[in-house]
Amino acid sequence: MKSWLLLALQVGVAVVLILAWHVVSTTNLFGDPKTMAFFFSTPSDVAAQVWDWFQGGTIWYNLWITLSEAALSFVIGAFAALVIGFWFARKPMLASVFDPYVKGANALPRVVLAPIFTLWFGLGIWSKVALGFTLVFFIVFFNVVQGVKEVDRTVLSNARMLGLNERQLLRHVYLPSALSWVFSSLHTSIGFAVVGAVVGEYLGSAAGLGYLIQQAEGMFDVAGVFAGMFVLAAFVILIDWGVTIAERRLLVWQPKGHHDT
Amino acid sequence: MSVPSPSSSPASSAPASSAPAHPAIGFRDISIAFDIAGRNRFVAVQDVTLDVAEGEFVAIVGPTGSGKSTLLNAAAGLLTPAAGTVSIFGRPLSGLNAQAGYLFQQDALMPWKTAVENVAISLEAAGTRRAEARARARDWLARVGLAAFAERYPHTLSGGQRKRVALAQALIRDPRIILMDEPFGPLDAQTRLIMGELLLRLWSENRKAVLFVTHDLEEAISLADRVVILSAGPAARVVGDFPIALDRPRDIGELKVDPAFLAIHRDIWHLLKTEVLKAYSEIPTGDAP
Repeated sequence: MKSWLLLALQVGVAVVLILAWHVVSTTNLFGDPKTMAFFFSTPSDVAAQVWDWFQGGTIWYNLWITLSEAALSFVIGAFAALVIGFWFARKPMLASVFDPYVKGANALPRVVLAPIFTLWFGLGIWSKVALGFTLVFFIVFFNVVQGVKEVDRTVLSNARMLGLNERQLLRHVYLPSALSWVFSSLHTSIGFAVVGAVVGEYLGSAAGLGYLIQQAEGMFDVAGVFAGMFVLAAFVILIDWGVTIAERRLLVWQPKGHHDT
Repeated sequence: MSVPSPSSSPASSAPASSAPAHPAIGFRDISIAFDIAGRNRFVAVQDVTLDVAEGEFVAIVGPTGSGKSTLLNAAAGLLTPAAGTVSIFGRPLSGLNAQAGYLFQQDALMPWKTAVENVAISLEAAGTRRAEARARARDWLARVGLAAFAERYPHTLSGGQRKRVALAQALIRDPRIILMDEPFGPLDAQTRLIMGELLLRLWSENRKAVLFVTHDLEEAISLADRVVILSAGPAARVVGDFPIALDRPRDIGELKVDPAFLAIHRDIWHLLKTEVLKAYSEIPTGDAP
């Protein structure tokens, strides 16, 4: 009942916003409807565009491209961050030496890298994967380092007293501790994987959601831009929902979720 | 009761008669120091000499900050004393003490493993096949009364239940020495009583050397064969060593009204009280270390 009410309110917000948009873009209240529609498009035009895309089926291919770019950059980025993060966390000397470089690289706006990646990897999906990688890597990396550092001292001492050797400590203590940090930042890192893919497509590609939006912009097709944004938003919400489910399964041992008590 | 002269001639006060050659744990003139913030060197424990015989249950009692846990960590090999030697069954200890099981004061279970996985981990680490390790872990969970809770994660268990899991986890390896650092400290009074009885029952089935640290004198007397009193820190020393001549098996609940228990308690408390008062007068304002 409570979640039902919540859903109703959430839908209500969308209805109000779309109504307001409709009023602004199709009535005389805020100016000439023609000008307003040029700048803001209208809900019905955007809906028609989205409908067209799904009817014609072109959207599926573009969604698939964006999804695979995001997924690849997440998987590769998270894996590399896990390995290197562990390595750094266990070798403080190495971490100190590389510290300014890691910080410097992380401070770099990734957009400036996009043309270079295009140059190196071409216009296909790999230049986008590379861009997403640079975003995902640092989020996961810092969480891994933190997770290894913040291992509970008592749990660690206990595991050592129970006779676990270094390799077993890594597997049974350090890794789960680091993964719990990585999982708790899953929403952020997967979100950034999508951002990397879309921005990469936007800056130069032949397919994907970013490409659709960029094409529409090039033709002053505001309805197309908005339609692209809506599809992207819905896409992200769906992924986020999937992440929440995955999280709930992966972090059953954490006190937060009160299911199964 | 006997109050030994501090440090110099240790052998006389240790019950060496029953022990075959070597004590399970032998502290010889142990001093433990830490470098704390700034460059002060904080000496937690100084010149402690103490033996725990095989199969003997020794409780260490002392005021807060007297370095009780520090001694335990030295016996576990988790820290190295600044001076003196720790020997385990006659061999000087270097590195971790593989013969010892350690029951920590804080929660030490791996939160990402279920109760049965936590109990089985030491066997699996030692190479026992998973199925067998899990089966033995279930047996142990049954022995501590948690058969129905094997698949639970620690956060879904109560404090007392987590302690039972920790007990099973430490004992499943069948260590020859059990080290306990105020293991029942965070529990409520009834649960402590129950846990004490459980501990005595398990210990009497298979007598190990136990070094049990607590600040609760009643708990120490009701469980141990010997109660050792540490002075107020810093630089805590052994100031008293009392054999507890109470029959076993003991009923901890009943024991507290037993005249013999009360007489022992009175004797020891007299000494402990001075140390506790000293500890409080040395703590400047509010928070203890």
